[in-house]
Amino acid sequence: MNSFDYIRPATVQAAVVAASEPGAAYLAAGTNLLDLMKGGVTRPRRLVDITHLPDLDHIDELPDGGVRIGALVRNAELARNATFARRFPAVAEALLSGASAQLRNAATVGGNLLQRTRCAYFYDVASACNKRSPGAGCDARGGDNRLHAIMGWSESCIATHPSDFCVPLVALDAVVEIEGGAGRREIPLEMFHRLPGDGPERETVLEPGEMIVAVRLPPEAARFAAHSRYVKVRERTSYAFAVVSAAAALRIEGSTIAAARLALGGVATKPWRSPEAEQILAAAPIDASIFRRAAEAALAEAKPSGDNGFKLELARRIIVRAIALAAAGTPERMPALPGSPFATVAGVIHG
Amino acid sequence: MTFSTTLTVNGVTRTIELDDPRVTLLDLLRERLDLPGTKKGCDRGQCGACTVIVDGRRINSCLALAVSHHGAHVLTIEGVADGNRLHPVQEAFLAHDGLQCGFCTPGQIMSAIGLINEGEAYDDPERVREGMSGNLCRCGAYQGITQAVLDAQKVLQAARSQEVA
Repeated sequence: MNSFDYIRPATVQAAVVAASEPGAAYLAAGTNLLDLMKGGVTRPRRLVDITHLPDLDHIDELPDGGVRIGALVRNAELARNATFARRFPAVAEALLSGASAQLRNAATVGGNLLQRTRCAYFYDVASACNKRSPGAGCDARGGDNRLHAIMGWSESCIATHPSDFCVPLVALDAVVEIEGGAGRREIPLEMFHRLPGDGPERETVLEPGEMIVAVRLPPEAARFAAHSRYVKVRERTSYAFAVVSAAAALRIEGSTIAAARLALGGVATKPWRSPEAEQILAAAPIDASIFRRAAEAALAEAKPSGDNGFKLELARRIIVRAIALAAAGTPERMPALPGSPFATVAGVIHG
Repeated sequence: MTFSTTLTVNGVTRTIELDDPRVTLLDLLRERLDLPGTKKGCDRGQCGACTVIVDGRRINSCLALAVSHHGAHVLTIEGVADGNRLHPVQEAFLAHDGLQCGFCTPGQIMSAIGLINEGEAYDDPERVREGMSGNLCRCGAYQGITQAVLDAQKVLQAARSQEVA
């Protein structure tokens, strides 16, 4: 690990000033950052430790029915908050499907949005990576890339964003609250992460020194609570990143889908929302053929970036599975294996 | 520049002067506080051998900077027994052969204590396995570990309900 200056500011404003210096990085739990620093992948000259800042670890129910989640709330704490899990069950399921219990106990909400890709070529400092060294090239192209992106990728980068949490969040119209030198602003999560284009080193819209202070879900997000699921295919049962995942949330009236939300994980450099699929599901009957049409629409623009053509078919099936499970209803109790595609649902799948 | 960090480790409050902010909580415990029970396996948050309980939560001490944990309460494997009386989770690991070489065991035991405190595994082996998936055992003692956690949980629940009564 490189040496660095360590600063522990007392206020958000002081943190923003300290982090505006070139080469500075924010330190929250550090579950991703310290790992990257140990590997020499990132070498910040200054760490601005925000873990002791006051008031950023609250989960606040808002008067309008939405919820505001402080940037320093731990993943496990949010998933275990009974009110939050009841109102936003797909978000809780996604959180609990990610990482390990130890990492979920430490990792923060803000840090989750800012975690880096797990592309092996990004991690291996001997490999060419445009994200790590702009202009260096991309060894993932033509390399071992079966887990790489099938949507929104470019010739310069085919990495995926690894977050589970962000997938239902983007489906449910989450908003990111940001504090910076010019004051506070907010931006929809949908617009927070950037597609790689020819500048994959810029992963978000954050300006130097800007800090995530909270993530908000609007009141409408809670109206999907009865029919919300997160489904995640992994290469082992637990403690693995998504090969492909999907969050599906439905509002059902009688035998009709009144409104639908759908987003995918593991397929692109950002959590991938599909308004095309949502449009097909809206006002449609609860019918497997409709689910399949929605999946086709979500993947219309998908194309392999290497040896990952199987992900198109996998994504199609996971979308159908997520919608079918959401239609069957949110389970009363969190499944033993959150997000597992192998769980049985009586009368629907494997039942 | 030195950094003064105060930590309560296994009930003892200690102030440590660090000359470098790079020291992880794991290295602090092992190298500076003479508590080598917490193991360094992968040092990258993948194996769970370094699991300790910080402010009531099990975490990977290899991915935590000591200086950032100023004011924290840390419980390590050295602090779980009551004198010569082993902790019920330690007893259960012995009773169920929840180990072979023993290297991952301190992390397994700290993780199991954390899992039981979280109270979400119930008597479901599937939930125990999921809850323990952050702790690898290269000897493959998983069957014994799962049994040990289920058994220890029963013992601790019985003790707790006796206290209440």
